[in-house]
Amino acid sequence: MRVDVRAVSWGVGGRRIVDGVSLTCEPGTVTGLLGPNGSGKTSLLHVLSGLRAPAEGAVLVDGRDLHAMDARTRARRVALVEQHASTDLDLSVREVVELGRIPHRGRWPAGAAEGGEAIEAAMRIGRVAELAGRRWQTLSGGERQRAQLARALAQEPATLILDEPTNHLDLGHQLDFMRTVRGLGLTTIAALHDLDLAAAFCDRLVVLNAGRVVAQGPAADVLTSQLVADVYGVTAHVERHHRADRLHVVWER
Amino acid sequence: MHVAAPPVVARTRRPGVIIAMAVVLLSSMVAALALGAVSMPVGSVLEVVGRRLGVADADVSLLDDQIVWQLRLPRVLGAAATGAGLALVGAVLQSLTRNDLADPYLLGISGGASVGAVMVIVLGVSVAGITGSAMLTAGAFAGALAALLVVLLLASDRTGALPPARTILAGVAVGQICAAYTAFVVIMSGDSDAARRVLSWTLGSLAGVRWGSAIFLVVVTLVVAVVVMAFASDLDAFAFGESAAGSLGVNVSRLRWLLMVVTALLTACLVSYTGAIGFVGLVVPHIARMLIGVRHHRLLPASALGGATLLVWADTAARSLVSSQEIPVGVVTAAVGAPVFAVLLRKARKRA
Repeated sequence: MRVDVRAVSWGVGGRRIVDGVSLTCEPGTVTGLLGPNGSGKTSLLHVLSGLRAPAEGAVLVDGRDLHAMDARTRARRVALVEQHASTDLDLSVREVVELGRIPHRGRWPAGAAEGGEAIEAAMRIGRVAELAGRRWQTLSGGERQRAQLARALAQEPATLILDEPTNHLDLGHQLDFMRTVRGLGLTTIAALHDLDLAAAFCDRLVVLNAGRVVAQGPAADVLTSQLVADVYGVTAHVERHHRADRLHVVWER
Repeated sequence: MHVAAPPVVARTRRPGVIIAMAVVLLSSMVAALALGAVSMPVGSVLEVVGRRLGVADADVSLLDDQIVWQLRLPRVLGAAATGAGLALVGAVLQSLTRNDLADPYLLGISGGASVGAVMVIVLGVSVAGITGSAMLTAGAFAGALAALLVVLLLASDRTGALPPARTILAGVAVGQICAAYTAFVVIMSGDSDAARRVLSWTLGSLAGVRWGSAIFLVVVTLVVAVVVMAFASDLDAFAFGESAAGSLGVNVSRLRWLLMVVTALLTACLVSYTGAIGFVGLVVPHIARMLIGVRHHRLLPASALGGATLLVWADTAARSLVSSQEIPVGVVTAAVGAPVFAVLLRKARKRA
């Protein structure tokens, strides 16, 4: 699914958090959203997943206005994985994944079994099938994130929005998660903090600062010493790692 | 490190629990018809009810008919409807606000109803010639609605949404004002009988429930039950909070308004007939969650059946434990319910 973000602005109380953002995600590509804390990444992602309506501009998915859609229709096209999903409820992994079928369900009969195959497939692809009976509260951070990804996949979306999905994960789980996401072939927009990870797994990068897009394009064009200095206020060298053949940001203390 | 997966807990899919709970409720209601100041065999109870429903042609005494059909049955039906309604409202509000302490009186409804009640009981307010218990009901309902309106006005933010934290605090504020006013009026009146009547009203009683009010309570509870069941999936979506619910296609703000107002209206109806019966709405949903899991298409019916059963028994105890006097039913629900809840809480801790 193609996502077109056209001059989108959003704010609270007269303050613009997202300011005239335009970007395009081609079908099946992974777009990394970078920017310092408070640059408006989460707010933009909430607009892109339909949780907030833009004050100006529009988000088009395959040419249709996302915010004009019925909420359930929207949730069958766009799924969101938040950075730190938490609950006090005693849910099994399978029940968490089943939440993803809510936008596909009718009101009656309440709780009718539906989408069994989609649930099984989502658990398999998210690699939580073997955890199906485990309680959410007993899962590790990496397992929780996989369960949330599987829940998002159970929505059978064409677009996946990820808000700092690797934030609480160790290196192994970070790589693992990003590999899984890349392998899905869905149009994906992911806010990321780790510049190396973004460079390695994203087709395009979009850099936000104070709510505006300050750079976008392939990692090699976007990630420069100048950009890191301007946006993060950090002196760094961006090098192509000779062995891994990837961009690598080396910062100075 | 290999962690052995604990056995799959089948509790959330256990079949038949709801049916079993319905059977328990029905048997409890029959038992409640037989028990009381005058106890009678279950057979006679069934004969009376069967004859009245036209399914049995039994020879019953006028007295038995009077006791079972005119006095006890409306009261038992009223208790079942009130208990079901309170537990249902508690379950919905706990999910909607993601707050374990949410109960049906969250939106200041019991406080508002008390103000209305005290104005009728102590100040003798009367409108359009309505007097006695009808005026008490009307006054309590008006007070509950007024409190609800103030809470909603205080709680809604600039965008018209109802953030749970604000809603709870607004409910607390209005509840405190109402409590202060109620206490002030009672104390200043210097009428100890009025004070006793206000106190006993506050603790709840089903003694005043007759056929008319019983049918009304059953109907409003059933209507609200159908409405909230229609939103069972949407309530499930709140498991991971409101933005998660929104991303699953739930219109969070609209759902909150709709369910808060619908459940508040039900609570206002219940409170105005029975007074503020505590504990049922707070604790029964938690017990139901422990027994049957957190999915609302099972949790809501289980809560309703559990609440109904609890209140049927509590009311039976309230009218038969002490001869020639009624114990406030709220005292019974707390005295019986709290220990049960404490035991379940211990068990849940061992399992976790």
